[in-house]
Amino acid sequence: MTTTGLTPARMWPRDVLKVGAVGLRTRPLRAFLSSLGIAIGIAAMVSVVGISSSSQAELDRKLDALGTNLLTVTPGQTFGGDDATLPDESESMVARIGPIESVSAVGEVSDTNVYRNNKIPEAETSGISVLAARTTLRSAIGVDVRSGTWLNAATSRYPATVLGAKTADRLGIGHAGPDTKVLIGGEWFTVVGILEPAPLAPELDTAALVGWPVAESLLDFDGQATTVYTRSDPDQVDQVQAVLGATANPEQPNEVEVSRPSDALAAQKAAGEAFTGLLLGLGAVALLVGGVGVANTMVISVLERRAEIGLRRSLGATRGQVRAQFLAESLLLSTLGGLGGAVLGSGVTAGYAAYQDWPVVVPAWAVAGGILATVGIGSLAGLYPAVRASRLSPTEALATP
Amino acid sequence: MIALEGVTKIYSGGVAALAGVSLTIRRGELAAIVGPSGSGKSTMLHVVGTLDRPTAGRVRIDGHDVAELSDANLSALRARRIGFVFQQFHLAGGTSALDNVADGLLYTGLRQSQRRKRAAEALERVGLGPRMHHEPHELSGGEKQRVAIARAVAGEPALVLADEPTGALDSVSGAGVMDLLRQLNAEGTTVVIITHDHAIADSLPRQVRMLDGRIVEDSARPRTEVPA
Ligand SMILES: Nc1ncnc2c1ncn2[C@@H]1O[C@H](COP(=O)(O)OP(=O)(O)OP(=O)(O)O)[C@@H](O)[C@H]1O
Ligand SMILES: [Mg+2]
Repeated sequence: MTTTGLTPARMWPRDVLKVGAVGLRTRPLRAFLSSLGIAIGIAAMVSVVGISSSSQAELDRKLDALGTNLLTVTPGQTFGGDDATLPDESESMVARIGPIESVSAVGEVSDTNVYRNNKIPEAETSGISVLAARTTLRSAIGVDVRSGTWLNAATSRYPATVLGAKTADRLGIGHAGPDTKVLIGGEWFTVVGILEPAPLAPELDTAALVGWPVAESLLDFDGQATTVYTRSDPDQVDQVQAVLGATANPEQPNEVEVSRPSDALAAQKAAGEAFTGLLLGLGAVALLVGGVGVANTMVISVLERRAEIGLRRSLGATRGQVRAQFLAESLLLSTLGGLGGAVLGSGVTAGYAAYQDWPVVVPAWAVAGGILATVGIGSLAGLYPAVRASRLSPTEALATP
Repeated sequence: MIALEGVTKIYSGGVAALAGVSLTIRRGELAAIVGPSGSGKSTMLHVVGTLDRPTAGRVRIDGHDVAELSDANLSALRARRIGFVFQQFHLAGGTSALDNVADGLLYTGLRQSQRRKRAAEALERVGLGPRMHHEPHELSGGEKQRVAIARAVAGEPALVLADEPTGALDSVSGAGVMDLLRQLNAEGTTVVIITHDHAIADSLPRQVRMLDGRIVEDSARPRTEVPA
């Protein structure tokens, strides 16, 4: 007879899985604990990526709502180091730039304080600035009114004010109304509106806004714009940004600062990115420790189950089939951990995002990558124990008590 | 079925567990291997069962020269043609008798449904039909060994090798196990049994006596027939 009749039968994949699960079935607690290590690592990584992606999605959503085409022009410093001012014509000059869709401005009313009532001593300023605002300001910035109305041509001429979100909080004012008044520069102003927070123009949050004409007539406002806001065609923001400074102040273009507030928001986010990288590294370390745990479990499993290995060899298992059994066990341990970790990490992300009122984003690549990583870890962790198991001499294995 | 010619097995420590053993066992025989502890009985059974290769000498099992076969070929030979019964049963705990027997057929390439069907039949044959779903810890020693026998024979091997199958049993359960092995032999399977029990050995058609790695007596070749 030749060897042709003695080709070992291939095991059904289902059977490979089944024998791979023997260790999990007979030692469930140990299997659970060693999978847990992997699960924690994957959960950490998935939730770090998930939370960072959710916060990115929130920023994108915010920027989408706020627009990235807002450019502001503010006076910088003169060559000599003094505070510069914007020329009177800057608003109208800027408005002539083709792709600019709208222009608005505020002017700071200097040395003017705001009080809830006249019983507060003069010295106690509350960090609230008074800004003269064009009536176009609200739509240019894109900020909503939380209570009351925005200034119009009529109220701009009367002692009426719209408070920024923080200003209202600081003054303890919840609602706008004809009976709600604040003291600005010694004059009573009616609070006609309260704004929502303005992420693109946070300077408005801490301001009390009054009409341009009334500021000039009642508050000694010099009529000079201190910040010009522009909205451009979104496709040409860069071109506009390039010429904006020179247009606002053709004589001293270097005394003008042009900025794009949406960039600042994005930059704030980027600063958080480094932290995310650190957390991700910690997750990777946890994963590595989990992998070592699985390898340890596998080594012990092979040591404990020598008799079983001997028996299987006597029943006709080839070395390859013994190796496959322990590799399958290791893969099962780590991928179960990986799956559990992915679920856990997604849950943490969902919980945190819900708490922060963010959209929930768990990138598929993070989950897939995490599970793929556990497959790699499982194979690596199981390889050495599996090879050792397959190299055991059947008789010596059987001889172990 | 079994042909050993000058088989030697020397372990790494220098112990010659087998020192030139020649033995022929024909198809359908029922033979007892006896001898004192350490005389090399188990070693010989392992060599015959292709679990171990000899240091020197020729081993032919079921028509195959073991030296010519790869480890995978030998595994296939064991899976299809050889059944083992061990003194310590080697049953998987927490697994029913049925699954213990069915898993014995894992490496034959049979599907699970067929494995379970054959396992059920084998358990019926050893009289454990009603205990099929019991786990090892719910079975007596004799019943465990009968499960192990069912596992060894479920694949209908041509050769069954038993290393002290009654060693851990009382005489009544031992007798039951021996009856099963005799019955198996009556159905045509070659059976080789290592035993320390003289009564059992004497009740079998052939006895092979070993001492210090050699065969010192073989009832199939009585000394009287050896020419002086
Ligand atoms: N793996 C091994 N390494 C070294 N020596 C071994 C090994 N296995 C067995 N031996 C030695 O080989 C000799 C024969 O052992 P074997 O197990 O074949 O004896 P036995 O006849 O089956 O004994 P018993 O009746 O006690 O089971 C003994 O001296 C034993 O110490
Ligand atoms: Mg022995």
